[in-house]
Order: sequence, then structure tokens, then C-alpha cells
Amino acid sequence: MDFEFTEDQRALEDTVRRFVARDYTFEKRRAIRDSDPGWSREVWQGLADLGVLALNLDEDYGGLGYGPQETGLVMGAFGAGLLLEPYLAAAVIAPALIRRVASANFQEEWLPAIATGAAIVVLAHADARQAPVTEIGGNLSGRKAVVAHGGCADLLLVSARTARGETGLFAVTSGAEGVHLRDYPTLDGQRAADIVLSNAPAMRLDAGTHDATLEAIEAALDIGLAALCAEAVGIMDATVAATTDYLKTRQQFGQPIGRFQALQHRMADMLLHLEQARSMSYIAALHCTDPNRAARRRTLSAAKVTIGQACRFIAQNAVQLHGGMGMTDELILSHWFKRLTAIEMTFGDTDFHLQRFARLSRAA
Amino acid sequence: MDLNFTLEESAFRAEVRNFVGEKLPAHIRDKVMNGVHLNRDDHILWQRILHQRGWGGPGWPREFGGPGWTPAEQYIFEEECAAAGAPRLISFGLKMIAPVLMAFGTPQQQQRFLPKIMAGEEWWCQGYSEPGAGSDLASVKTRAVRNGDFYVVNGQKTWTTLGQYADWIFCLVRTDPAAKKQNGISFLLIDMKSPGVTVRPIITLDGAHEVNEVWLEDVKVPAANLIGEENRGWTYAKFLLGHERTNIAGIGIAKRELARLKRIAAAEGRLDDPLFAARVAQVEIDLMALEITNLRVLAAESAAGREKKAPGPEASILKIKGTEIQQAITELMMQAVGAYALPFKQADIGPDYAANLGTGYCNLRKLSIFGGSNEIQKNIISQMILGL
Ligand SMILES: Cc1cc2nc3c(=O)[nH]c(=O)nc-3n(C[C@H](O)[C@H](O)[C@H](O)COP(=O)(O)OP(=O)(O)OC[C@H]3O[C@@H](n4cnc5c(N)ncnc54)[C@H](O)[C@@H]3O)c2cc1C
Repeated sequence: MDFEFTEDQRALEDTVRRFVARDYTFEKRRAIRDSDPGWSREVWQGLADLGVLALNLDEDYGGLGYGPQETGLVMGAFGAGLLLEPYLAAAVIAPALIRRVASANFQEEWLPAIATGAAIVVLAHADARQAPVTEIGGNLSGRKAVVAHGGCADLLLVSARTARGETGLFAVTSGAEGVHLRDYPTLDGQRAADIVLSNAPAMRLDAGTHDATLEAIEAALDIGLAALCAEAVGIMDATVAATTDYLKTRQQFGQPIGRFQALQHRMADMLLHLEQARSMSYIAALHCTDPNRAARRRTLSAAKVTIGQACRFIAQNAVQLHGGMGMTDELILSHWFKRLTAIEMTFGDTDFHLQRFARLSRAA
Repeated sequence: MDLNFTLEESAFRAEVRNFVGEKLPAHIRDKVMNGVHLNRDDHILWQRILHQRGWGGPGWPREFGGPGWTPAEQYIFEEECAAAGAPRLISFGLKMIAPVLMAFGTPQQQQRFLPKIMAGEEWWCQGYSEPGAGSDLASVKTRAVRNGDFYVVNGQKTWTTLGQYADWIFCLVRTDPAAKKQNGISFLLIDMKSPGVTVRPIITLDGAHEVNEVWLEDVKVPAANLIGEENRGWTYAKFLLGHERTNIAGIGIAKRELARLKRIAAAEGRLDDPLFAARVAQVEIDLMALEITNLRVLAAESAAGREKKAPGPEASILKIKGTEIQQAITELMMQAVGAYALPFKQADIGPDYAANLGTGYCNLRKLSIFGGSNEIQKNIISQMILGL
């Protein structure tokens, strides 16, 4: 067994941490958040220059050929800085999906552009309940709900029910006729969009059958889930460290509040959650590409349960132990709180995965 | 033992229900029912409607113009108001400073301030906390120096809820820096329009402006605005804190919000999920138990009489459980709608009922922090009830 990272991996993490510390301060992030698009193309270009946009791409397409472990290290570093740019959507999930479903031509056209930051591609998968997206005669109609970073995409990868009742994957250009994007900020300061398609022109990407396409989408989202778990751990690391510091410095009743045993125990519980979450984020990274679908999903559900619970516990108690200060927009702490809240709800919440784990365990 | 309300109490409940049903403006009810922030005018309008009916000071005795209700009647009143979607009464005037004025104020102070509180003509805020004095309230540093007929006040208060609307602030100030912590504190009433008072907003994590910093720079306060005796402010402060905790359980509000949770969950089809349904059930059961606990505390208080006695440490039980329940409900509402809880301050993205759930969850984290944090309440329980 070996829990060490290689020197290469450490160097990568270091690079990204330094980028966040120097070029993504909390003040800078606030300015980006409050700007009109809510993300920064300049930062995106910076990430391209660092090479991290190419992390997951095959070397044939200008990529670095790394995998989920390296992605996890990068996501953890971004987590602490609360990156607003669409890294998870556009540099992790979309390339993983394109590699699995699209033709060689499409891959050659788009993957290098993703690696250089020239193009942003985002998967739009979850349908709005009342208006699932369907395909008729090559065009798409319906609504996709709360698509993370949908608004900044040049190209959308849209799943849709085909005329034959199967799931297909389609490429839709954001600016095309019949594509109406409603872009808005989310609780965590990031952006999402509802996408209304009215007979929008689309290009079918998958050649596969219904099952193969759905599985490819699932596989890409599973890679995304592992990356999300790593992001959560990065945020929780920062949150626990900041709260520990606060308990050492905040004085009440003539002593640091960290002297109160009630708070020491709460902090200890936060640490337990954090370490359990870290363990599960490693498992998630190692298993998210497991070709055995049932085993993979069972493991990822276990990870999301542990991490979702840790997100809740650590976020709530970090605010609680900061007292009124924890409630302020001024401290980054409340922003970590909100991102952890959003992460708990993303790609299936804790209860969803708890039940899925139970189901898959029974079947196994 | 009889867990039912008396016939008179039930008749009273019907009377309140009718009144609120008839008089509560629909636009206010809709906001409350959907978790939308109320503005100053909403609160004042409702206070004035109550006042016209003679219910402007629901907890007040007759001698001060109140209806003289028993604790059980007050409880019923608040429960009915909450259920119908009436605004929560702004407690700083009605439930905090008013009882202090009644117990320790001079007749002049009582006549000057109480009627305007009841009529919704003056808005009060609470100037207790300071940057260095939160849980450890007795370490307040804001300094007041007597100079003839005035005090000159310098310092900073913080977390002042709705201070931006306030006409008056009641403050804990230090008048004797040499005395032991609790002994050098006085209780002053300060006109927010006084020169030297500056209110600065604090934006909270939900993006709301609910709390403020209040800076006091050479503020001249007439000595006539001192409550009771100089340097005895801590006694009055603690008396007030006890009142702050009555009805802190928020049973009526929790019931209303539980009903909202069930409506949302039903609309989302979430009650068919047995795990989710069980989570809702757990909250409902906790609330059921807390309601009886609350009524027991109330009955014990009534039996002990209502003279100058502040509610006892049992109020801490109500505060902890009540706030935990309200917070749990906000979590489940968010969970029920899933992704559509995430759009931030967007009215028209997901279903209408989803619009304020994310910010509502964030906002109610405050419940376990203010009014004496839940950790401090547990200290009170272990020390005062258990004698540990
Ligand atoms: C939204 C909001 C509105 C408010 N409105 C008002 C208002 O209108 N007027 C006003 O005067 N104040 C108001 N407050 C202030 C509130 O009363 C204080 O926030 C509260 O007393 C806690 O103080 P603090 O924030 O300084 O936290 P601290 O006292 O620094 O506490 C930090 C953490 O340490 C814990 N802690 C502290 N001491 C102990 C101990 N002995 N044992 C165990 N744990 C301990 C606390 O529980 C908390 O978790 C408001 C606060 C908020 C958040």
C-alpha cells in the first residue's frame, strides 16, 4: 500500500496552490464574482498557460495524459481559493465525455481547443422536470436545469431523448438560433444557467446505442464526482485550519475560546469528518474509472455520503464557532460554507447516495 | 394532568384566528409564507393593526396598556399569528426594553417610551454586543462618562439587528472601568438621531442587510435616559436576556415552516421517498415533544407568578431545541427542491417556492448564534439546572 504522491504530483499541486495564493486572492475573487460574466477569461488563460486545462487530455490532443488523482490535487487547491471558473465542467467532465462518445474528427477539432483555453465546452444533462429535452428531426426542444457554467460555454453537450426513445448526445452551439440561455449566480458565487431549447439545431455526437451513450455520460459524471470530492476536501482543509486559528485567537471570558472543552470536542469532531472525507476522496479518485459499473458507482456513493456529511458538519460548525463573524460576507469562511453547501447537493445529495449505496450493496 | 387548553383558551384562540384572518394584509402574509424578507413598513403596518385592536403589547400587563394576557394566552396569540403568516413581532421594543422599563424605569421613562412602542411609532434596537463582547457580554467596553446632566458615550456596538430602521437603541455601557466586570456597567437609552451615532451595514452570507455596526463618538445622552441606578446595568441586562428567551422556541413559526416544508416536498414528489419522509417525520416528532415541553415551562412560570421574575434556565432547553428544529426544516426544504435551491436571489428560475430556500438556510444559521449561543445555553443548563 502506498499513500504517497509522486514528486511530479506534488509539483503539480504546488504550482496550482501558488497560482491560487498569488493570482486568486479573496479580493480578486470578489471582484470576479461581482463582474458581469462572473468569471475571468484572463484567469482561464492563466490556467491554460499553467497547463492544467490539458491535464486530463490524451497527449495526442495536446494533453498531459494525467488522471483523476492529479485532477484531485488540482481541485483541492482550487477549492481553498474557491475558483469561480468552470474547471470541473469544462476541463474535467466535458473532455472525459468527448473522449468517450465523439468521433475522432470531433475530438481533433475540440480537445486541443479545450487544452489551450480557446474553447469552453460544457455538458448540459439534467432536464427541467416539466420540460425534458427531446430531439425531433435533428433539432432539440426542452429545458436543461441549473447547468453549472452553462452560460460561459461556447459549445454545449446536450443529452436528449431521441425520436426513437433513446438517449442521445448532441452538440449545440450556444449562440445558435433557438438556444435561450438564462445565466445567473448561484448560492456559492458560481454561475449556472437554465437553457431553453426551441427547435435548436444540433449535431448528434454519439454513434452508440442508448445504453452506451448513457453509460458514457455516467462515466464522465463519475469522474466529475471524484473531482468534486477532492474540491470539497480542499475547502474543508482550509475551513478546519481557519477555525482552529480562530479558536486560538478569539478571546472571550479572558481566554482564547479554544480553551473551552465543548469547542475542543467540536473541533475534534470536525477533524474526524475531515479525515474520513479525505480517505473517501482517495478511494473516489482511484475507483472513478473502474469499468465495473456497479462496483464503481457503489464506491462513489460511499464517498459522496461521507463527504456530503462532512461538508454539512464542518461548514455548519465552522460558522457556529466563529459566532457572528462566521455569518459575515466579509470573511471567506462564509463563502466556503456556501460552496460546501452546494457541493453536498451536487451530483446527488447525501440521502440519494446513501440509498443508492444500500441498493447496490444488496445487489452485489 | 390535562394536555388540553381550557374552554376559555380555545375561545380565545378562535378570536385571535378570526382577527388575524381578517386583518392581516395579503401582501404581508404572502411574503411570510414564502420566506421573503419583510421591510420596515410591513412590520410597522402590522404593529399598528394590532395596536388598533388593543393587542399592540401582547405580553404587557393592563396597567401599561397591554391586554393583560396569561402566558398561555400569549402563547396562543403568537402561535395563531405565526400560523396565519403574520410577521414576527419586532422584539427589541415590545419584549426587551418594554419589560425593563416596566420593572425598572421611572414613571417619566415609562410614559415617554412605552406608548410609542405599542403604537409602532418608535423602533428600538439592541446595543449589547461589541466586537470584543459577544458571549462574554460583561466585557463591554463602550464608555459612558457622566458630565453634568449628560453622559458622553464612546465606543462601538455590533451585530445590531435592523439598527438601520431604529429610532432608539438601548445600550450596555461601562461607567466604572475600575469596578469588577459586571459591576461597572450601566443601561442607557440612546436616541439614534443623536450627533455622533453612525450606523454601518454588515452584509451577511445570504447577501442580506439585517445587522449593523453602530459607532458612538462623543454622543451626548441625557442622564434622564439612564435605567435604574448607575453601575447596576448588568442586573437589568440579565433580566432582559431572560425575556429575550421567552418564546424563543418559536413553536408557532416552526409549525408554519413544517407545513411549508410538507407542501414543497409534496409538490416535488419527495414524500414518496421513505428516507426523506422519515427525515420530515423526525422533525415533526421533535416539534411535538417541544411543544409540550414549552407548555410545561409556561405552566411552571404562571404558577410562580409574573412579578419581576425573569424566565428561568428552562428557557435554554426551549432555545436549543427550537432553533435546531427551525434549522433542520430549512435544510430539508433545500433538500426537497435540490438544484433549484441554488439560484441566488433569482425570483423566476425554478418553482416559486424554491426561490428563497438557499438563502433561508444560510440566514437561519444565526439562530444558534444569537440570543445566547447554543453552547452558552448548554453551559447554563449544566450549571443552573444540573449544578455541574
Ligand atoms: C444575525 C445576528 C443578529 C444579532 N443581533 C444582535 C442584536 O440585535 N443586538 C446585539 O447586541 N447582539 C446581536 N447579535 C450578537 C449575538 O448576540 C452574538 O453574536 C453572540 O452573543 C455570540 O457572540 P460572538 O458573535 O462574539 O461569538 P463569540 O462569543 O466569540 O463565540 C464564538 C464561539 O464560541 C462559543 N463560546 C463562547 N464562549 C463559550 C463558552 N464559555 N463555552 C463554550 N463555547 C463558548 C460560542 O458559542 C461560539 O460558538 C446578533 C448576532 C447575529 C449573528
